[in-house]
Amino acid sequence: MKRTTKALSDATSETAQLGQLEPGVTLQERYLVLALQGAGGMSSVYRARDLHFPNVTKAVAVKEMINMATDPTMHDMIVRNFEREADLLATLSHPAIPRIYDYFTHENNSYLVMEFIDGKDLEALLREIEGALAEDQVVNWAIELCDVLFYLHNHKPQPVIFRDVKPSNIMVDNHGSIRLIDFGIARNFQPGQKGTMIGTDGYAPPEQYRGEASPAGDLYALGATLHHLLTRKDPRAEPPFSFSERPIRKLNQSVSTETEAVINTALAYDPQDRFSSAEAMKSALMAAAKETGILVSPRTATTAIRPRNEVQEVWSFECEDEIRGSPLVAKGVVYVGCYDNNLYALNAETGEFLWKFATEGGIVAKPCSDGELVYVASEDTRLYAVSAERGALAWTYYSAGPIRSSPVISEGHIFFGSDDARLHVVNMFNGSAAWKQEVAGPIRSTPLISGDRVYFGCESSDLYCYDFKSEMKWRFGKAKRAITSSPILIEGMLYFGCKDWSLYAVEAEAGWQIWKFRMGQPTISSPVFAENRIYIGSGDGRIYAVEAKSGREIWHHQTEHQVNGSPIIFEDSVYCGSVDNSMYCLDMRSGRLRWQFQTGGPITGTPTVANNRLYFGSHDHRVYALLT
Amino acid sequence: MTFLQRIFGRGQSAVQSPDRIETAPLDPSTIEGAALSDRILVGASQSTGVERAHNEDALFSLIGSSSGEAAVPDFGLFVVADGMGGHRSGEVASAISVRAVAQRLAKDTLLRLFESDDFLDGQPLQDQVRKALQEANNSVVSRVPGGGTTLTAALMLGNQMTIGHVGDSRAYALTNGQAKVLTRDHSLVKRLEELGQLTEAEAATHPQRNVLYKAIGQGANLEVDVFTHPVPRNGFLLICSDGLWGVVPEAEILRIAWSSEHPQAACDELVRAANSAGGPDNITVIMVYFPPA
Ligand SMILES: Nc1ncnc2c1ncn2[C@@H]1O[C@H](COP(=O)(O)OP(=O)(O)O)[C@@H](O)[C@H]1O
Ligand SMILES: [Mg+2]
Repeated sequence: MKRTTKALSDATSETAQLGQLEPGVTLQERYLVLALQGAGGMSSVYRARDLHFPNVTKAVAVKEMINMATDPTMHDMIVRNFEREADLLATLSHPAIPRIYDYFTHENNSYLVMEFIDGKDLEALLREIEGALAEDQVVNWAIELCDVLFYLHNHKPQPVIFRDVKPSNIMVDNHGSIRLIDFGIARNFQPGQKGTMIGTDGYAPPEQYRGEASPAGDLYALGATLHHLLTRKDPRAEPPFSFSERPIRKLNQSVSTETEAVINTALAYDPQDRFSSAEAMKSALMAAAKETGILVSPRTATTAIRPRNEVQEVWSFECEDEIRGSPLVAKGVVYVGCYDNNLYALNAETGEFLWKFATEGGIVAKPCSDGELVYVASEDTRLYAVSAERGALAWTYYSAGPIRSSPVISEGHIFFGSDDARLHVVNMFNGSAAWKQEVAGPIRSTPLISGDRVYFGCESSDLYCYDFKSEMKWRFGKAKRAITSSPILIEGMLYFGCKDWSLYAVEAEAGWQIWKFRMGQPTISSPVFAENRIYIGSGDGRIYAVEAKSGREIWHHQTEHQVNGSPIIFEDSVYCGSVDNSMYCLDMRSGRLRWQFQTGGPITGTPTVANNRLYFGSHDHRVYALLT
Repeated sequence: MTFLQRIFGRGQSAVQSPDRIETAPLDPSTIEGAALSDRILVGASQSTGVERAHNEDALFSLIGSSSGEAAVPDFGLFVVADGMGGHRSGEVASAISVRAVAQRLAKDTLLRLFESDDFLDGQPLQDQVRKALQEANNSVVSRVPGGGTTLTAALMLGNQMTIGHVGDSRAYALTNGQAKVLTRDHSLVKRLEELGQLTEAEAATHPQRNVLYKAIGQGANLEVDVFTHPVPRNGFLLICSDGLWGVVPEAEILRIAWSSEHPQAACDELVRAANSAGGPDNITVIMVYFPPA
């Protein structure tokens, strides 16, 4: 059982005794209650008239707090604390702080009488308007708030820590000036928390939960308030201390980077990393305001200069046409197919040409090898087995359509799909057909073999699972476009991309769809897995990292053109090519760019790593070897 | 077996002998990880605890297991909810939430298993689980103002379980003598702990350890955690309210899990353990045993 003392949206039963004063009631034979002004969890605020000024209408605000303590000692202590704080408040004098006129206690109720502020608190204001508040408006308020916090933090004999900066405790009066209300005097009346409650303070700094109150904590809460005002994202409805996960400019692009940076500093977890004082924060806000005031469009003026080709090229080798596919590296040799119809064999260390084998069509599929033979599929409809040593033809297998699916070796056989709408399974030693499986469309996806099952995507928009008895175990037909991407299998789950703009997670045993992640364009890129994440490229130009168990995006990195090739992971980097001509190296955990290597043409194949070198081809006809 | 035999050897595929000869049963407590059974076993138990007058927790457990040619895969639905709110709104919130989740998933997901072709046409499972929890949230928001509840639901299908979660009840995978928490507590202290502001020990005794930042009933547009995890083979899935995990140490939970003859006995024993440690809160436990693959 959990008990709630205060729910986020509405506090009900516990506040039933608050806000009960009817208009017309007179307190202390002096304050005539006119209306309920605001009610929180522990107190109510009324607008009232001070009858001691019979000839003028003097409005006051009366804050009522209920003493719920049953134990008499506790009860008295609460009243004494209240009176001590009221005395302290009465000594404060600042234009942004309402004047305290009077206080009194009557039975279980204590009252604080203060200057009535004709205006609106920021929470109410935020509720009323649509869209975010204007940046210059918010920055002006922030500067005023820094002033009043500076006053409080330097109060003599003792600094006053406000402890509760948040929109509902800040009012804008009808002159447009900022007023700080609610000095937490009501806290004394807060009953001890007994059960579970929903909703956190949202604005409070992390160290407050260790019982620390300091000026730096007020600055954090001010930062949190500004963040809320500029983004409209209520921090009480978000995980605590998650502001850095919701960068202001991601939610509201109209805010300047300068202002965002000031707020981020105020929101640092570690109080040491925040501003040293309210004064310092004010200066930073003013400097930012000056910056943004002077420059008309500072953010579009400069495009960041990215590091280019900071990585070392070991060698490159020029073929006679575009290289659209992916190289294979085996036993110190790079094998790569080219659109000039040849399969090339190059020395992986030096890039030296070893041999080439001519087919009669372009080669996009990645070759495979068992060490003795290299298998290469061509758009001339054939699969060739040639000797790894010299490229001498061992056998040829004919399919009935161009082959774009990359062959894979399993169980002594070669598996691949063809545009003839068949999955072909060929004896790897003699090239004889072992099995042909007809499906609904061309197969360009690379088959995945696991246990006695084979999984592959199809241009018909299906993903098939067959067992080795050629019995279809299931067919996933929920995708809406071709599945050219090749599936991967991790812990009983299949992941693959689709031209319907999605990355799918499908349970491998029975083909149930577990989740679907939507991207901005069709994808033909194949996913890879590392550290509980799936990485994939998309036609929207992005390389994505998605949490495998939930399909949630972790990060994406935007390139300048489509990403049709597939990423690979090596150590803690993601390597992936883009049609913008560049090979990208990204930090696997954050998606941050490590380096970018520019070639003379689009990169549509998948790179491969061997011996700490990265190998890939480009449409500029070249094969590259880079140091990782 | 060669590949060709596998492909064309329809008639001669080796079928496992159905009647495995049993030797004298082993005492599971003497062998870590000894198999209890070759079938899925479930237990569930609940107690108001020692200190509380009402029970505001709710649970639901369903298991489907069949065999035979073209059998429906094993499935299950396990839900624990821990309600909060005055005037009995906690128990109402947890009860209607569990009911809403069970109804939605039974109707839209589990029953469709029996129409096998239909099933693959459904929404992604994670979306179905997410919708079920959001529906529960909507009914609590509209019918139980001021009330709320945690909710952890595991929808098991074949080898995977898809878990929907809000609040600070927990799902654990118990395997190889280890307890792995699968869910993330949506509590203030957990968050402070994640940020390195509190140690685990400080969090366990923090005066605000009961403050949740997310719960069913919190308001519209609730974001829930949904993820999929393989079933813990040769181990247990444990779902429980904080009346168990906040009271009985993990080592004790593991010991009880592995030394009981049946998950039901383990659940009863876990509840007893929480009560003898003071029973400060309502206790709810569901335990599911998964045989080795
Ligand atoms: N001096 C005042 N003049 C006018 N309105 C006020 C004044 N003080 C408080 N209010 C209104 O009452 C609401 C609650 O007041 P506050 O002192 O913050 O109480 P609580 O302790 O419940 O948070 C404020 O958000 C504001 O709208
Ligand atoms: Mg207030």
